[in-house]
Amino acid sequence: MSTPAQAAGQMAAAKPPASKEHALELLRSMVRIRRFEERCVELYSEARIRGFLHLYIGEEAIAAGAMPVLRPDDPIVSTYREHGHALARGIPMNAVMAEMFGKVQGCSRGRGGSMHLFDAATRFYGGSAIVGGSLPLAVGVGLGERMQQRHTVTACFFGDGAVAEGEFHECLNLAALWRLPVLFLCENNRYAMGTSIERALANVDITAKAAAYSIPAEAVDGMNVFAVEDATRRAADAVREDGPRLIEFRTYRYRAHSMYDPELYRSKEEVERWRDRDPLLTFPAQLRASGYLDDESTAAMEQEIAREIDAAIAYADAGTLEPVSDLTRFVYSERVRA
Amino acid sequence: MTETPVSTAVSTPAAGATVRCTYRDAMRAAIRDAMRRDPRVFLMGEDVGRYGGSFAVSMGLLAEFGPERIRDTPLSESAFVGAGIGAALVGMRPIVEIMTVNFSLLALDQILNNAATISHMSGGQFSVPLVIRMTTGAGRQLAAQHSHSLDGWYAHIPGLKVLTPATLEDARGMLWTALEDPDPVLIFENGVLYNMEGDLREDAGPVEISHAAVRRHGDDLTLITYGGTLHKTLEAAERLAKENIDCEVIDLRTLRPLDTDAILTSVSRTTRAVIVDEGWRSGSISAEVSARIVEGAFYRLDSPVLRVCSAEVPMPYAKHLEAAALPQVETIVAAARQSVRGDG
Repeated sequence: MSTPAQAAGQMAAAKPPASKEHALELLRSMVRIRRFEERCVELYSEARIRGFLHLYIGEEAIAAGAMPVLRPDDPIVSTYREHGHALARGIPMNAVMAEMFGKVQGCSRGRGGSMHLFDAATRFYGGSAIVGGSLPLAVGVGLGERMQQRHTVTACFFGDGAVAEGEFHECLNLAALWRLPVLFLCENNRYAMGTSIERALANVDITAKAAAYSIPAEAVDGMNVFAVEDATRRAADAVREDGPRLIEFRTYRYRAHSMYDPELYRSKEEVERWRDRDPLLTFPAQLRASGYLDDESTAAMEQEIAREIDAAIAYADAGTLEPVSDLTRFVYSERVRA
Repeated sequence: MTETPVSTAVSTPAAGATVRCTYRDAMRAAIRDAMRRDPRVFLMGEDVGRYGGSFAVSMGLLAEFGPERIRDTPLSESAFVGAGIGAALVGMRPIVEIMTVNFSLLALDQILNNAATISHMSGGQFSVPLVIRMTTGAGRQLAAQHSHSLDGWYAHIPGLKVLTPATLEDARGMLWTALEDPDPVLIFENGVLYNMEGDLREDAGPVEISHAAVRRHGDDLTLITYGGTLHKTLEAAERLAKENIDCEVIDLRTLRPLDTDAILTSVSRTTRAVIVDEGWRSGSISAEVSARIVEGAFYRLDSPVLRVCSAEVPMPYAKHLEAAALPQVETIVAAARQSVRGDG
């Protein structure tokens, strides 16, 4: 268990990048998620994306740092704020954007939208939009994997809001009791919609709750991609050998809960204070200081990402709408299982 | 609605040895059979192992199959139902036992928001081959929080299948077919049936789960029911026969998908229908059956569709009040007389 001070210490102590290529790959992943979502905001304003759109802006270091540490066969269970998870996991941007557009080429055939990205190929078991509701599913995925002797780690992302749900407590207990290979990854962005953790949790130290269920846990600076990567690697290794672990990533979202809210629940000063820790500011600065990044390479990276996003929008635009006659397809499975 | 045909060998009646057993025994035999057939099948729930099941359905199975496949869970309905969904998603065939339907409400989020949605919400990429068994119904003086009949309420939900075995053959045969189904199936076992005894064929096996069954043939009136009220309805039909009212009795067996054809075929012939349902009347499965009759056989009817349902009260403890709240042979007989003769 660590205190915030210890977490900050870990940030300072995080090792410099092992290689330039690796560091730039992490940066590229974060910038890719940020720019994707910034374009989604524009598309939302143009009414080309509808429904709820929960932005990950500010939290990119977690997906970028944690996801590559997991193996391709490790199942992922996510939340409704999952664009970053989906992109970092490797779901093609085209399929994610087409899903936002409600097209049949989307990764959920346009049936899920922003909150319900699914992808069997990358074992991505969905964005789920009931806070806490995906934790039992993740516990079961871990159970099923273990019963079939697959040595995987089931990564379960959730937010601080889920910690107040009964399902969180039921699931930590069950995972610990059965020593299931589940890695609980809490993205603590300090707000459950408009309710701050101080107004929701009698004890705001989420690692202490894990400790109560005999699950080793660690609090990590979620704005530091190296700290995220290092903690996730250690925890995933431990899960594979020994049972559940929990990491509390301390992070912040700069945007509204969904697309728009009046943000009456927090001060501009608070948001500005966290802006100083934006991983898309601090990490490039660190890489520039290390000589890994300059204006030219930054521009090249931005252009490459912009081209990918342009292509994804074009793909989604050109996508087709599922015929209404297919409305009830998949309510029941079309495959009869062996 | 797209329904998946289930390819399952249906047991055919044949002369042969029978064994005397209870509904509980038949259900236990079904679980044992499934565990032996498929290593992916496991049973999980509260007190299913060491205790032997709250209703003794799983008695002895822990010794036979071990704690990995007969899993006692903590009292965490949402977690272990969700765990069944997750395990099913990655290839297992879980049987989750919720001790009673009353406690299933603690897992309703998992059943409705996960089990019933994931196939459609993922565009058909994932399916949830999960079976959830639970005891349902009243009649044992267990009062308001332990007497719910929500079988029909669950049948409201697309993405689920809802089974209500009321005979020894269905208790023995529905489980395996449900496990072979690629989608989540709920099996409601009415608590008054567990001690029901009868002769079951020794070679009884899987039965199909897509159709209603005619349990008694008759020409004057169709009585439509399911689950715990089937036997009261059959008894009512025998009494009515003595008054020269010849009843057909349909056991719905499956509440979702509802076998509309079987209902309409019978009612079109008898021209009269009484629906017997242990659920509350408002918004019930009996309301759905009635609506389908009106939609599909209105011009064949010679009298209004009538219903015998539970009184709309939280179930009382006192024996006489509970009896008054539930469908009874007398109230079924009265409704049938009214349907046929216009009197009670």
